[in-house]
Amino acid sequence: MANVSIIPSGDFKTSYGTDTTIFPTRTSRNFAILGVVLLLACPAFMDRYWLSLLIQIGYLGIAALGLNILVGFTGQISIGHSAFFGFGAFASAWLNNRWGVPVALAIPLAGVLTTGVGLIFGVPAARLKGLYLAIATLAAQYILQDFFGRADWFTGGSAGTIAEPLTVFGFAFDTDERYFYVVLVAMVVMYILGTNLMRTRDGRALVAVRDHYLSAEIMGINLTKYRTMSFGISAFYAGIGGALYAHYLQFVSVENFTILFSIQFLGMIIIGGLGSIMGTLMGTAFMVLLPELMQALSKMVSGTAIDVALNLRENIAFLREMSVGIVIILFLVFEPDGLAHRWKQIKAYWKLYPFSH
Amino acid sequence: MSGAPVATHRGSAQPAPGNMESSAQAETIFEARGVNLRFGGVQALTDVSFGIRKGELFSIIGPNGAGKTSMVNCISGRYKPTDGKVYFKGRDVTGMTPNHRASLGIGRTFQNLALFGHMTVLDNIMVGRHHLLKNNFLTGSLYWLTGARKEELAHRREVEEIIDFLEIQHVRKATAGTLSYGLRKRVELARAIALKPDLILLDEPMAGMNLEEKEDMARYIVDLNEEFGMTVVMIEHDMGVVMDISHRVMVLEFGKKIAEGKPEEVLANPRVRRAYLGEDDEEEAAPAANSVRKEVA
Ligand SMILES: Nc1ncnc2c1ncn2[C@@H]1O[C@H](COP(=O)(O)OP(=O)(O)OP(=O)(O)O)[C@@H](O)[C@H]1O
Ligand SMILES: [Mg+2]
Repeated sequence: MANVSIIPSGDFKTSYGTDTTIFPTRTSRNFAILGVVLLLACPAFMDRYWLSLLIQIGYLGIAALGLNILVGFTGQISIGHSAFFGFGAFASAWLNNRWGVPVALAIPLAGVLTTGVGLIFGVPAARLKGLYLAIATLAAQYILQDFFGRADWFTGGSAGTIAEPLTVFGFAFDTDERYFYVVLVAMVVMYILGTNLMRTRDGRALVAVRDHYLSAEIMGINLTKYRTMSFGISAFYAGIGGALYAHYLQFVSVENFTILFSIQFLGMIIIGGLGSIMGTLMGTAFMVLLPELMQALSKMVSGTAIDVALNLRENIAFLREMSVGIVIILFLVFEPDGLAHRWKQIKAYWKLYPFSH
Repeated sequence: MSGAPVATHRGSAQPAPGNMESSAQAETIFEARGVNLRFGGVQALTDVSFGIRKGELFSIIGPNGAGKTSMVNCISGRYKPTDGKVYFKGRDVTGMTPNHRASLGIGRTFQNLALFGHMTVLDNIMVGRHHLLKNNFLTGSLYWLTGARKEELAHRREVEEIIDFLEIQHVRKATAGTLSYGLRKRVELARAIALKPDLILLDEPMAGMNLEEKEDMARYIVDLNEEFGMTVVMIEHDMGVVMDISHRVMVLEFGKKIAEGKPEEVLANPRVRRAYLGEDDEEEAAPAANSVRKEVA
């Protein structure tokens, strides 16, 4: 049977309200709450290095969600996402340095400014398809990268720019332990906003545009408007992610926002699952932790015959980047629905265990 | 197959079609004036003019490639006539986009299935509410704070009524792309109904269905027309159904209108018998003057 239900029997919905909650079952909701509570406790026992990885997963995950809304949910393509991430980072630093906007306000404002930039590129992009769209977004990447290099007033040019730490009522979130909470809250909020978007009118319209644009139009959906809007929304999430990144590192340099970084964003959503909100987070975690895994592996084999033969020590940076590419290809071939899909199957398996066959 | 009339709760002998006729001055909801449609060298429609009255069940028939779907596409806005005009509720909509026409009250289903394959049945139908919903990307994202939740649930309730009407409760959570052909056709109808259109266009709603499914579908269409008060335009090859439930029928052949009128008139038209039903009787020299509007040069 194709549509085996994985909702436990006895879990009946008694109103449309309870039928439209974020989490399909009470158990999954409790698990998510438990997860957040565990994360809240992390700074108490986790060392700084691991905390910094979690913080990265947080702000990259926010930006990746934006890309998933554009690519996974709307069916567009973008190979310029890191440029919007970078724009958000510079915008927030600039708002604070140049205009004295408090960081707590500069971060959301940077999201809004980045949305504007996203819309500027989205207006022509919404009229393009496939390869032409890909090239147009690539152009966005290079135009913005070039802009970062030239606009000294905005980015500090080749010297880069300082970004002040986030301070709220005199309390500075200037250590990993403290900033962790900022990113955690921002991530939970942004993921809830994203989930809400996708279960209401405009989110459905985006998916409709992806699945069958001709019937979407017949259903009253303005294709150009929604394709453009999708770029704007995607840029908003990228801008927020970038701003959080800026005030975490407290320094933004112009050469970080490259096409390779954009492709890593694509890797996150492909590995996590196109069109899956929780998958985005899984994919981001995977991409952040993959180099660590490679590092650990290379440590394990260091000194052995393999190490000597392949000269791993010298090629480690190269291997890291290659592993990213290989993993994306492996996922495209063997797990095109991403980690989110695999996770669902694992859950279904355990729900029915030991009668899973 | 054309000989097997599909049973509906309204037998063909009942006077409903006559009612339509008695109010001949009934308001025209849609009008096509001299519509021409060309694709490169192909002339899909040639000078087609007709009117659809408010509240009627109007069928378009004709052989394959006659231009039926093209005509419906000109009504829904998917195609723009190369020449000629189309009016909806007295308004010239010739240059209007399909999404704009949807918000004016034109809904449709497609000859080839066109569901949102990865969405659930419920979401597919909810997309039909698009132009009736007011929440947007901002208020929708803030869900609980902006009343979006309340609005969505209110519309969800109405969508459930459509689901009950079409008897697809058991698949409401299923992914549309995984359903059987007959069910998908039904979901498409549900999605079109969700628009609350005043004019609903059904392109071969019963194609590929078995007799039982056809009977159900015919019943839904008649209910739509009589109980929901929607004006229905239906393209259908099954003559039994067409003759049984239509108030008026238009016949297209090679992009030209060859007849229009009540089902029995159209059926009696020798030209139609020859063109559409493939009859070769040579008595076509006597034209049924009341229904043949346009003679082909
Ligand atoms: N988009 C298009 N591009 C080129 N030619 C087209 C297009 N759409 C329709 N046609 C042509 O117009 C003519 C009428 O096609 P249409 O689909 O309207 O016929 P139909 O009456 O709906 O036929 P059927 O019963 O097979 O559905 C055909 O010759 C078809 O090839
Ligand atoms: Mg057709």
